[in-house]
Amino acid sequence: MSSAPLLDVRDLHKHFPVGEKGLFGAHKQLLKAVNGVSFSLERGQCLGLVGESGCGKSTVARAVVGLHPATSGSIRFDGNELVGLSTRGWLPYRRKIQMIFQDPYASLDPRQTVSSILTEPSKIHGLSKPRERKLHAMQLLEAVGLNPRHINRYPHEFSGGQRQRIGIARALALEPELLICDEPVSALDVSIQAQIINLMGELKERFNLSYLFIAHDLAVVRHICDSVAVMYLGRVVEQASRDEIFNDPRHPYTKSLLSAVPVPDPELERARERIVLEGDVPSPLDPPPGCSFAPRCPWRHEVPDDRCNREIPELVERDGRKRSCFLPLAH
Amino acid sequence: MAGKNPKSWDLGGKNFEELASEAAKFKGESLWQDAWRRLKANRTAWWSLLFLGVFMTIAMIAPLMPIPSPVFLDLQLEPQPPIWPWTNFGTGGFEPQYWELSALDNFMVDTRVAIFGDWQTGPWLGTDGKGRDILSRIIWGSRTSILVSLAAAFCSLAIGVSYGAVAGYLGGRIDNLMMRVVDILYSIPFIFLVIFLITIVNEYRAELEDNYGIDRETVFYVVIGAVYWLTMARVVRGQVLSLRNQEFIEAARVLGASTARIVFVHLVPNVLSIVIVYLTLTIPAVMLFEAFLSFLGLGIEPPKVSWGILAVDGSEMVNPVKLYWWLVLFPAGAMGTTLLALNLLGDGLRDALDPKMRGRD
Repeated sequence: MSSAPLLDVRDLHKHFPVGEKGLFGAHKQLLKAVNGVSFSLERGQCLGLVGESGCGKSTVARAVVGLHPATSGSIRFDGNELVGLSTRGWLPYRRKIQMIFQDPYASLDPRQTVSSILTEPSKIHGLSKPRERKLHAMQLLEAVGLNPRHINRYPHEFSGGQRQRIGIARALALEPELLICDEPVSALDVSIQAQIINLMGELKERFNLSYLFIAHDLAVVRHICDSVAVMYLGRVVEQASRDEIFNDPRHPYTKSLLSAVPVPDPELERARERIVLEGDVPSPLDPPPGCSFAPRCPWRHEVPDDRCNREIPELVERDGRKRSCFLPLAH
Repeated sequence: MAGKNPKSWDLGGKNFEELASEAAKFKGESLWQDAWRRLKANRTAWWSLLFLGVFMTIAMIAPLMPIPSPVFLDLQLEPQPPIWPWTNFGTGGFEPQYWELSALDNFMVDTRVAIFGDWQTGPWLGTDGKGRDILSRIIWGSRTSILVSLAAAFCSLAIGVSYGAVAGYLGGRIDNLMMRVVDILYSIPFIFLVIFLITIVNEYRAELEDNYGIDRETVFYVVIGAVYWLTMARVVRGQVLSLRNQEFIEAARVLGASTARIVFVHLVPNVLSIVIVYLTLTIPAVMLFEAFLSFLGLGIEPPKVSWGILAVDGSEMVNPVKLYWWLVLFPAGAMGTTLLALNLLGDGLRDALDPKMRGRD
């Protein structure tokens, strides 16, 4: 753990201007989709980024691959700063960081054959000769478990799971080191989800990949990830190893999130204690001044001086796990 | 390191060269092929397409056909009514009288003389007041309509599509600026502009033609070109706006594709189906615009023929004393049928290219 992490995100902010705009005037409001996110990913690991809808997970993913330029903060890949890079400056990192998208029906160009989808990456980067490109594309298909003979077909001739495999093959074409997976299985059937998750596990070993795995399905995250970062309203509230998060959650939000996962055994299900949160997620247009979870936190009154509502708790590392909360650890 | 180790790509010693030749058997059906199949299944659209194909061919080989010259005058007292084709075949000698033709057209006329000699069709659709054959004039007039349509289609495709796609993809301030330019061009009353320009050209006719090679027709085509890409740019921009946040465009950006590549490799092919439908609906509008301008005397000049000029000639002959119906009915019929076929084809194409209809027949 002494070497620098493969991906190190520090205090990342991404604000979107929204609302009415005059002909020349500025936007009235800022949507703070990502409001100070920090996490790190070690080489060869899979980091799960979980949280409910709208908490900014996908925005983080898009910021890491440069689709949304970050408002402020730092994203370091292998020690190199990515924030503020020009399009040209990004090019060398395109080969190292690739992305798998959520919707297999929207992520493939309907007018291209599988062959042109898979050869495009090497065309853009001028990597190999046309003939080699096609062979490489067939190898990619083989690697993701598709029949390489189907290379001349079009995306609409494949099922959702097969399309997602093509999407994965495209992401692998440049032989990246880091894959950003933006809910790669949430659009698929449960039976297909398992296949894709297993495939991703195999590919990770085979090609020595690291994953930033964004999901809202905790079971999937538990299956594939080595460590987990939990997001709430644009901030990471807790990051720890998978077992620590699932067996011993330390942040009130993580606790309530995990308590919402149903248990298959009806006896246990009835016996277990559930934390039911009151109220709704605050609007990212107007986040609370203190801890973003404070208005809904069942334990906020245990912290003296109403500190939770006034101060933003920092993400502090202790015992190898990070947490942003004023409550004592033993809680 | 991942890919730096070639071993990681050694996939069970399969021979991919062999697989590549096998893959040729598994040809996929593109969305275009699928749309074509469904267009053929649509009777109305298919017959419209065939009709337009025949119409285009006839227009293109007009100089080859054994029809009288469209400007050959036979000063009689009044227009001749149409005769039944079989009762009059090949009367009169052929006079190769035309306006200034292109080299290809002259060659076709020569070929025609070599094949048919003096033989030509009779006044199947009647003649006008100056003894000119209506059938021949309709066929030669259709060439103007086609030329105008081609000019508009070319401008729509070349300028409209790329302009709209770039504006839509770049968005923000550039989009705003580019679309305001379109708005400004839109706001110019083109009929007045055409009248104004044509008047100027008429005034300095000799000077402009000698020094700059600009004649009325050039102005006419330039104006058509300037108007007809505007709507296309708007249509394409709207489509691109909805496409540009699709994940496959984001995927291309993550791969490092340049803006030009995204616009012309990913966006344009995906808006082309709407473009084609829109084009088949623009062309009738352009044909009408041409006829309208020629009707006003601002478009094509005699002795050249266009459908607008035929309409003028016909309307001049409509009077309560004697109804020269063939002077109005046949040109109007030819134009109406063509416009109807174009509209039906556009409708059929819209159905065939609609991705939601895919798989249905």
